[in-house]
Amino acid sequence: MSLSATEKRGFGAVLWDFLTTVDHKKIGILYLLGGGIFFLLGGLEAVIIRIQLITPENDFISAGLYNEMITMHGTTMIFLAGMPLLLGLMNAAMPLQIGARDVSFPFLNALGFWLFMFGGILLNLSWFLGGAPDAGWTSYASLAVNTPGHGVDFYIAGLQIAGAGTLMGGINFIATIVNMRAPGMTYMRMPLFSWATFITSILILFAFPALTINLFLLMFDRMFDTAFFDVALGGNTIIYQHLFWIFGHPEVYILILPLFGLFSDVFATFSRKRLFGYTAMVFATMLIAFLGFMVWAHHMFTVGLGPVANSIFAVGTMAIAVPTGIKIFNWLATMWGGQVTINSAMLWALGFIPTFTIGGMTGVMLGSSVADYQFHDTYFVIAHFHYVIVGGTVFGIFSGLHYWWPKMFGRILNESLGKITFWLFFIGFHLTFFIQHFLGLMGMPRRYWVFLEDQGLDLGNLISTVGAFFMTAGTIVFLYNVVYTAFKGEVASADPWDGRTLEWAVSSPPPYYNFEQLPLVRGLDPLWIEKMEGRDKMAPGEPLDDVHMPNSSFLPFLMGLGFFIAGLGFIYQVDNSLWYIALYGGMAFSIGCMIVRSVKDDHGYYIPKEELEEALKKEAE
Amino acid sequence: MTQNTNVNKAVDFEKQKNKQEMKMQVVSFALMIVFTLVAFGAVATGAMQKIFIIPILLVMAIIQVAFQFYYFMHGKEDGHGIPMTLIYGGVWAALLTLGGLGVISWW
Amino acid sequence: MSYDPALFPEELPSEPEKATLEGQNKFMGLWFFLGGETVLFAALFGTYLALKNSTAGGPSSDELFGLELVFLMTMMLLTSSLTSVYAMYHMRNHDFKKMQLWLGITGLLGVGFLICEVYEFAHYITDYGFTFRSSAFGSAFYAIVGFHGGHVTFGICWLITLMVRNAKRGLNLYNAPKFNTFSLYWHFIDVIWVFVFTVVYLMGKVT
Repeated sequence: MSLSATEKRGFGAVLWDFLTTVDHKKIGILYLLGGGIFFLLGGLEAVIIRIQLITPENDFISAGLYNEMITMHGTTMIFLAGMPLLLGLMNAAMPLQIGARDVSFPFLNALGFWLFMFGGILLNLSWFLGGAPDAGWTSYASLAVNTPGHGVDFYIAGLQIAGAGTLMGGINFIATIVNMRAPGMTYMRMPLFSWATFITSILILFAFPALTINLFLLMFDRMFDTAFFDVALGGNTIIYQHLFWIFGHPEVYILILPLFGLFSDVFATFSRKRLFGYTAMVFATMLIAFLGFMVWAHHMFTVGLGPVANSIFAVGTMAIAVPTGIKIFNWLATMWGGQVTINSAMLWALGFIPTFTIGGMTGVMLGSSVADYQFHDTYFVIAHFHYVIVGGTVFGIFSGLHYWWPKMFGRILNESLGKITFWLFFIGFHLTFFIQHFLGLMGMPRRYWVFLEDQGLDLGNLISTVGAFFMTAGTIVFLYNVVYTAFKGEVASADPWDGRTLEWAVSSPPPYYNFEQLPLVRGLDPLWIEKMEGRDKMAPGEPLDDVHMPNSSFLPFLMGLGFFIAGLGFIYQVDNSLWYIALYGGMAFSIGCMIVRSVKDDHGYYIPKEELEEALKKEAE
Repeated sequence: MTQNTNVNKAVDFEKQKNKQEMKMQVVSFALMIVFTLVAFGAVATGAMQKIFIIPILLVMAIIQVAFQFYYFMHGKEDGHGIPMTLIYGGVWAALLTLGGLGVISWW
Repeated sequence: MSYDPALFPEELPSEPEKATLEGQNKFMGLWFFLGGETVLFAALFGTYLALKNSTAGGPSSDELFGLELVFLMTMMLLTSSLTSVYAMYHMRNHDFKKMQLWLGITGLLGVGFLICEVYEFAHYITDYGFTFRSSAFGSAFYAIVGFHGGHVTFGICWLITLMVRNAKRGLNLYNAPKFNTFSLYWHFIDVIWVFVFTVVYLMGKVT
C-alpha cells in the first residue's frame, strides 16, 4: 500500500486509510508524524527558553510564561516526542525483524496511537485555554496541587490519556515478541533492536502504572480536595516524589534502550560484521532494565531520606555504568576490523558514542549522593540529562530514520543533506550543553527565568543560546531533506544497505502483509546467513496458504476522541456543572465504542493464496 | 470404526483429566478458606501480639495468593513460564514501590 | 462481512481458549496486563501504608472497621473465584449451558460483594463523617478500596456484556478466549482483595 504515483488514490481515500488503519507499518508512520510535530513544538519551546536566557535579566517572556515554557518543553519532548518517535520506530521495524505479519493486537496498536495523539493535543490546548501547566515536567506536589488556573489539570488529563496509549503499546509488543516470531526465530536469534523493544516494553508495563496512580492522586487533590498531599490533613508530598520517580527513572531507560538496540543493528550493518558479544549485549540490556528500577531515589538525594537510603541508591546508580560500559566497548569492538561505511545513519551512531559517554560519566558524578548536594537543581543536571537524552535518544532517532527511511517510504534520504543536518545539530548540541556543565558548577540554578549580571554566567549562556540556533538550522535542513526526498529522492531497493536482518528481505516498502510466506530463520542475522550461502532471499518457513489479516476500524479514533472530550470535562467540571455532560458523555461514548468492539464480530479477512502466488511470481522476475 | 473409538477414548481421557483437576481446585479453595479463617481468627480473637500477628497475616495472604495464581489461574501448567515470569517481575517492582513508600516516606 | 469457518468447528478442541493464535495472544496479553496491574495496586498499597495513621483527628482504622462485613465480602469474592473456575471447567468440557450458569453465579456473587461495599462506605460516611476528603487516611483508604471496587464493577459489566452477547451462540473458538480472559481477570481481583483485607482491614484492627 505505498503512496507512490502509480496508485491513483485521492487525498480523502488516503486520509481515511490512515484514520482507520490497524497496520503496524502505517501506525509507525503516524507515530513518527505525530512525534515529529511535537518534537518541533518542543524545540520551539526550547528556543524560546534559550532566547530568554541569552542575556542576564532578560524580559523576552514573563516569569509565568517561562515556567510554562520549561514545563511544556520537558513534558512535550519526553512524552509527546521521544516516546512516540520510539514507538513509531518499534512499530515500523520490530514485526519485520522477527518475521511477523503484524503485532499481536493490531486494533489495540491503533488505539494506542490515537490515545497518544488526543492526549498530546489536549495537553497543548492549554496554551490557548488559559495557560499551559507551569509546575515543571515533574509537576511536584504541593506546587502542582495549589498552582492556580487549569494548566496542571491539562497536564494530568493529557498524560493520563497518552500514558494509557503507551501502556497498550507496551503490552502489545511483549505479546508480539512472545507469540509471533517466525519459525526458527528463537529469542537468542532476534536482532538487538527487537530485544530492546521487548525489554523496553516490559519497563513500560511496570513503570507506567506508578505514573497513572500518581496522576490520579494529584487529580483527586486538585479536583476533589482530597488529602494525599495536604500536610494539614496528614498528607505527605514525598509520596508524590517517590511515585513520580519510580515511574520516572525507568522512563529514561525506556527512552534509551530501544536506541541501544538500534545502534547495535546499525554498527553491525555498516561495519559489515556481526555484533560483538551478542549474548553479553542481551544480558546487559536486561541488567540495565533491572537495575533501572532500583535507583529512583537518586532524584531525591536532597529530600532528606537519610544517609543509609542515599548510599544504597548511590551505589545502585553507579552500578548501571557497568552494563552500559559493556555495550559501548562491544560497539567499538564491532567496528574494529570491520569494513566501515560512514553514511548519515552511521554518523549519528558515531556521534552518539562520545556524547552518551560524557553524559554517562556526569551521571556517575551525579550518582554520588554527597556530591549531588552541590549539583542538584543546577545546570549541571540539565547538561547531564541532555547529553544522554539528546546524545542517545535524539541522535538515535535520527540514525534510525536514516536507516529505516528506505524501508518505510521506498526512498533513501539524501546523503549530503543528511551530513549537513548531522554536523549542524552535533556542533549546536555541544555548544549549547557542554558549557552548561560549567554554568552549573558555577552555581547557576535551573528553572529560574533570569540569571543575574556580574556572576560570570553571561558568556556561557550566550554561547548556549547560539548552539540552539545551530540545532534549529540542522532540524530545518532535515525537514527539507524529507520533503526533497519525497519528490526527488533516490528510489530504494529492498536492501539498500546490504543488511543482515529480516526487514531487508522484503520490498521497500513491504507489501501490506509483510511476507508472502513467513521466512525460515536459521540463525542470528538470518538474511546474512542466506547471503553468505549464495542465496539472495529467505527460504519459506511455512507452506503457501491464504493469509489472515485484520480489518481496519474507525473505533480507535472515536475512542480517543471520546476520552479527549471526557478529559476536557474533567478539567472544567470544577468551574461549571454543565461540563459534566462532556465528562460523562465522553466516557459513555468511549465505553460504548469498547462495547461495540466487544460485541460486533470481527474475524478479519483472508488474502487468497492466488494473490500471494502472483506477488511471488512478480518478485522472481 | 476403530477411529471412532480412539476419538471417544481421547475425549474421555480429557474429561477425566479435567475432573481430577477440578477436584484439586476445590481442595485449593478449601485451603484458601482455612487460611482466611486463620487470618481473621488471629485478629478477631486478639490471641497474639502485634509483632507476631503481622508476619502471620502476610504469610497467610501470600500462600493464599500463590494458590490463586498456581491453581485457579493454572499457573503451574505448561505454557505459563513467561506469564509467571512477568508476574514475578511485577511483584518485584511492587515490592520496591512498597518499600520506598512504606519505609522512606516518613522520617 | 468477516466470517471465518475455522472458528466454528464441529468438534471443539480440548482447550478451546488457546486453540487459535488470537486465543494465545489474548491469554498472553491479559497476563501481561495483570503484571502491570500488580504495580498499579502496589502504588496504592504503598500510599495507604504511608498515610494510614494520618487520621487528622478523625476516626482511625481500629474504630471504623467491622470484621464481620469484611469476612462476608471475602467469602463472597473468594467463592466467586471458585465458581469462575467451575465455569472454565465446563468450558473445557464444551458444556456451554453449565458454563453460563456458573458465570452467572460468579456475577451475582460479585454484585453481592459490591452491595456490601457500598453499604460499608455509606455507613462510614453517614455515621462517622469519614470521607474521601476528611483526612489523608480517608483519601488513601477510599482510593485503594475504591479502585478495587471499580475493578470489580468493570469486571461485572464485562461479564454481563459477554454473557448477553453470547447467550444464543454457544461456545466456539471465537468467544472461548474471551471467557477465559475474563476469568483470569476475575481471579486477579480476588488476589488484590486478599491483600486488601489483610493489609487494610486486618492489620488495621491490630493494635
